[in-house]
Amino acid sequence: MIQYFKNIFIAIWTILVGLKLTFKHLFVRAVTIQYPDVKLKLPERARNRLYVNIDDCIGCRQCEMACPVDCITIETVKALPNEDLGVTSTGNKKRLWVTRFDIDVSKCCYCGLCVYPCPTECIYMTDVYEFSEYNRHNLIYHFSNFTPEEAELKKKQVEEFELEQKMKKAQKPAEASVNNPGAGS
Amino acid sequence: MQDFLNMLIASVIPLLFILVYAVVILWVEIKVASHVQDRLGYMYTGGFHGWAQPIADLLKLLTKEHITPVNSDKVLFTLAPVIVFASSYAAYAALPFTSTFVAANLNVGVFYIIAITSFVVIGILMAGWSSNNKYSMLGAMRSVAQIVSYEVPTALSILTVIVVAGTLNLQEICQMQKGGLFNWFIFKYPPFMFITFLIYFTASLAEVNRTPFDIPEAESELVAGYHTEYTGMKFAMFYLAEYANMFLVSGISAILFFGGWNSPFGDFMSGPAWGVFWFVLKGLFFVFLQIMLRWTLPRLRVDQLMYVSWKVLTPISFVNILIVGLWALLK
Repeated sequence: MIQYFKNIFIAIWTILVGLKLTFKHLFVRAVTIQYPDVKLKLPERARNRLYVNIDDCIGCRQCEMACPVDCITIETVKALPNEDLGVTSTGNKKRLWVTRFDIDVSKCCYCGLCVYPCPTECIYMTDVYEFSEYNRHNLIYHFSNFTPEEAELKKKQVEEFELEQKMKKAQKPAEASVNNPGAGS
Repeated sequence: MQDFLNMLIASVIPLLFILVYAVVILWVEIKVASHVQDRLGYMYTGGFHGWAQPIADLLKLLTKEHITPVNSDKVLFTLAPVIVFASSYAAYAALPFTSTFVAANLNVGVFYIIAITSFVVIGILMAGWSSNNKYSMLGAMRSVAQIVSYEVPTALSILTVIVVAGTLNLQEICQMQKGGLFNWFIFKYPPFMFITFLIYFTASLAEVNRTPFDIPEAESELVAGYHTEYTGMKFAMFYLAEYANMFLVSGISAILFFGGWNSPFGDFMSGPAWGVFWFVLKGLFFVFLQIMLRWTLPRLRVDQLMYVSWKVLTPISFVNILIVGLWALLK
């Protein structure tokens, strides 16, 4: 019998305790934020969307090799001797045309492993994290300055040049052999 | 013709009140819920803290398709929400909103309200059974078991007030509590009237299927209980009825224990217009309390529910009515 009344008392008392708590929380500042309007500040080293400063890229492909999910695709074309590509902001000489630099962000796992090996620090993580798309193909980012046609043209140019060189080389030994039949073959 | 017009006006006023109140309380419920949980809730619709969201919700419900399940009992399925809402709306007829306005000044007001709100049980059982869905039926059966068993302590605690007041007319009960805070029935025969109020409040929570007694529509167990299969306006009718019932039981506790439309300061701030203000304020306070309890307490188990009703509330209210009756008799 005593337990019975005790239980009733405890029930009423605990309800009051609970009400006090919930009432207190009515006036506590909300911990949620109005997301699209208000955004939380990201940590300094947050890893989000990749960005490539293509002007600094020397086409060394180290990021491509470091990528664990193979989301970076790079194609390069050798610069012709008469073309000067200039230097990067870190002072490295550029020797290759980067005809293709694609990052498939839908595959990217934001590990940041591509960032560390880059000798010119041209690939890095930005703080952009709102880049959803309706079409999956839009998530493949093209960073190269070349359009596919231009890249093709460049390739052809180099091929022609190399062919020329080869022809020259082939001719030279022939000339040499004429002048000096005893030497080499 | 004049009579008919008077009746029409008298019946439209509570309906308008219910509609406006429901829109407001929908917003309040969501806002209280979110702020109790340290969230913000609606913030966009209408500008200031999403005030227009319930209106948008209502418009959405109004324009939604009516889906009637193939294997349901179509007549009962359509009739059920109407009965549930009509019975809680009908009970508003006997509520004295102020000293000069009560839609029907019945001599058996309290009795009428208890009787007419029992119709809700039929509507809910109808809804659950005709849906031909196991969750709906389980919810309906739970609801009926709950409402029927909690009707006993409700009726007994109301009877205690009737013993004190000596009348069933709600308007007269209000008039008896005139003259300031300490004439209210809650302060009579201390502490027995207060215990009566606690019993009535607890039992009325169960009557309107609110947490902690919301096992009929326990979301985590029964989807949504008896209104699982309902869509559009029929679903809205159940919601409207629930909120109307919430104010009804709160209004009755305001009338029976807290002086109804009387001002707590005696003659200060009293009169027909102030009467509406005080009555609605008191009613809304208890509605607010119900909402707060919803976000404070967990749901009771079925056996605990029956324990509370039959082993705690009912015996105590019996003892209570005896003591209050003797006290009133001997005074």
